[in-house]
Amino acid sequence: MTDAVAKAATEEARADAKEGMTYLESVPMRIVTLWLPLGLIMLILLFPFYWMALTSVKPNAQLIDMEKHNPFWVVEPTLDHIKKLLFETNYPTWLWNTMYVAAAATFLSIFASVLAAYAIARLRFRGAQTVGALIFMAYLVPPSILFIPLASVIHFYGLFDSPLALILVYPTILIPFSTWLLMGYFKTIPFELEECALIDGASRWQILTKIIVPLAVPGLISAFIFSFTLCWNEFIYALTLTTSVQNKTVPVAIVSELVDGDVYRWGSLMAGALVGSLPLVVLYAFFVEHYVSAMTGAVKE
Amino acid sequence: MASVQIRDVRKSFGAVEILHGVSVPIEDGEFVVLVGPSGCGKSTLLRLLAGLENITSGTISIGGRVVNHVHPKERDIAMVFQNYALYPHMTVAKNMGFSLMLRGASKSEIQQRVQRAASILGLEKLLERYPRQLSGGQRQRVAMGRAIVREPQVFLVDEPLSNLDAKLRVAMRTEMKELHQRLKTTTVYVTHDQIEAMTMADKIVVMHDGVIEQMGAPLDLYDRPVNQFVAGFIGSPAMNFLNGKIRANGSAYVETASGDKLPLKTLPSGMEGQEIVYGIRPEHFELGEGGLSADVVVVEPTGSETQIVARIGDQEVIAIFRERQSVKPGDKISLRPRADVAHLFAKDSGKRI
Repeated sequence: MTDAVAKAATEEARADAKEGMTYLESVPMRIVTLWLPLGLIMLILLFPFYWMALTSVKPNAQLIDMEKHNPFWVVEPTLDHIKKLLFETNYPTWLWNTMYVAAAATFLSIFASVLAAYAIARLRFRGAQTVGALIFMAYLVPPSILFIPLASVIHFYGLFDSPLALILVYPTILIPFSTWLLMGYFKTIPFELEECALIDGASRWQILTKIIVPLAVPGLISAFIFSFTLCWNEFIYALTLTTSVQNKTVPVAIVSELVDGDVYRWGSLMAGALVGSLPLVVLYAFFVEHYVSAMTGAVKE
Repeated sequence: MASVQIRDVRKSFGAVEILHGVSVPIEDGEFVVLVGPSGCGKSTLLRLLAGLENITSGTISIGGRVVNHVHPKERDIAMVFQNYALYPHMTVAKNMGFSLMLRGASKSEIQQRVQRAASILGLEKLLERYPRQLSGGQRQRVAMGRAIVREPQVFLVDEPLSNLDAKLRVAMRTEMKELHQRLKTTTVYVTHDQIEAMTMADKIVVMHDGVIEQMGAPLDLYDRPVNQFVAGFIGSPAMNFLNGKIRANGSAYVETASGDKLPLKTLPSGMEGQEIVYGIRPEHFELGEGGLSADVVVVEPTGSETQIVARIGDQEVIAIFRERQSVKPGDKISLRPRADVAHLFAKDSGKRI
């Protein structure tokens, strides 16, 4: 008897639920609310990549003549552009430069940021808040204003036109952001863990290296990805601080070295951009989960 | 193991003084419970003992050595935190061995001592797990284990059971008491739960607003609270307080505003006619003729006993009876306070008379 009553009640509840939110799940509703906007966004985001990939494999004849050939498709794709890029230009050097500069600048910045962020977040010294705010202010000064004074500083130290110039200049944009990101992350690590470590006999340095840094790995990864991407794509400093062909990075080199006078060699240009963005795609593919969780989450015990 | 002396300790945060001169002598091997409502300064005192905060004035000594300016790691203490503070990225074994590792102990020694602590607490099977894979009670045990491994002079324990469910709390309470009886390490235990204090302590220190209200053995505090605060804080349900005036008319009694007569064993000398607070514990009421007439408000049977909330005049009291009672809300009953266990407190200062 009671079973039957309970069953009837759950049936009723189910029917209720059907009338509640389920109408949102009808097919036309989902098309309008979900698939259509999603499709549009995907189209806008992915079309440039498609165009880039398409152009890099199009023979020159098809590239220029849009009357005879469908501009959105390719017949008889060719690898000529990529071959030319890799074997007839300094592209491998540029790629190596980019990677080397980005990696070095990123490690330098993250090392500095970890120390700065920990100090601001946890060593309750006088003016910690102000220092934090000032670091953030530095982030707000755009490179287009800073590049002229920085160029003269680099000149002064005789580092002009060397990878070291970029490695030392990039942290000016990377450290403020990474410091803020890590500060936020460090603040989510419970205080008690540090106090406990203190009683366990750890020094400040041991607390930082054995407790805080291992727990902040997701935060470090997102700071790393952010910094690395920024270095990789950086244009204005790379343009002003490097001049010789063998010292350029990919973003600067492809626009300056792959344009003959006023002739844009679109095929090679796009191939250069495509190959240049692949390492980042791989990096993101590996760490996207950490990146998202660090931007949104905290340490869970 | 060591004795701990806290002498006239004060602590201010900025202009606000949190502890107003606190002195507690703790003997070697004693289990001392600091108890009080939140904000009374009990946790601050524990943190001062641990060395996580600096003392403003006064001295703390552990084992005869003044440790006011001694770094936490040199105090030879172990602390169990309220939320356990287990290192989430280390296994149970690593968590327990962390302090030994920092001290530079050899791998075999760490393993041996972790094993021994684990066997005391029944954690052998969990050593390779991470804290997130443990239940609340297990985490609690690991936190205890981490303290035991170090074999410190003093255990400091900060509200360790407050995150556990009621049943587990009772079980862990017994376990911790048993552990203390086995290890005999001096323990300072902070809680806001007076039942934990009563059941576990050798000595209870009741704190309120940064001062010590009373210090002593659990039953002494229960039987002879020095003031109204301690009387109301120790014991659950709390002691009933009834306002009235002392009268001596043949025998001594306290007369409430509604004219009810509360019996007294003896007449406090020279107090006749004075305003007073009459304290009587819920279990010290008897049902029967010749008592105070009361209206039953709520009846709460718990199985083992029956709680009756009743109104005497305009004041509400709680009474507890071991026997089952067949009264209903609205009934009139006659409650007889036992004069021999009644307490009297001064109306203005709250001090025991």
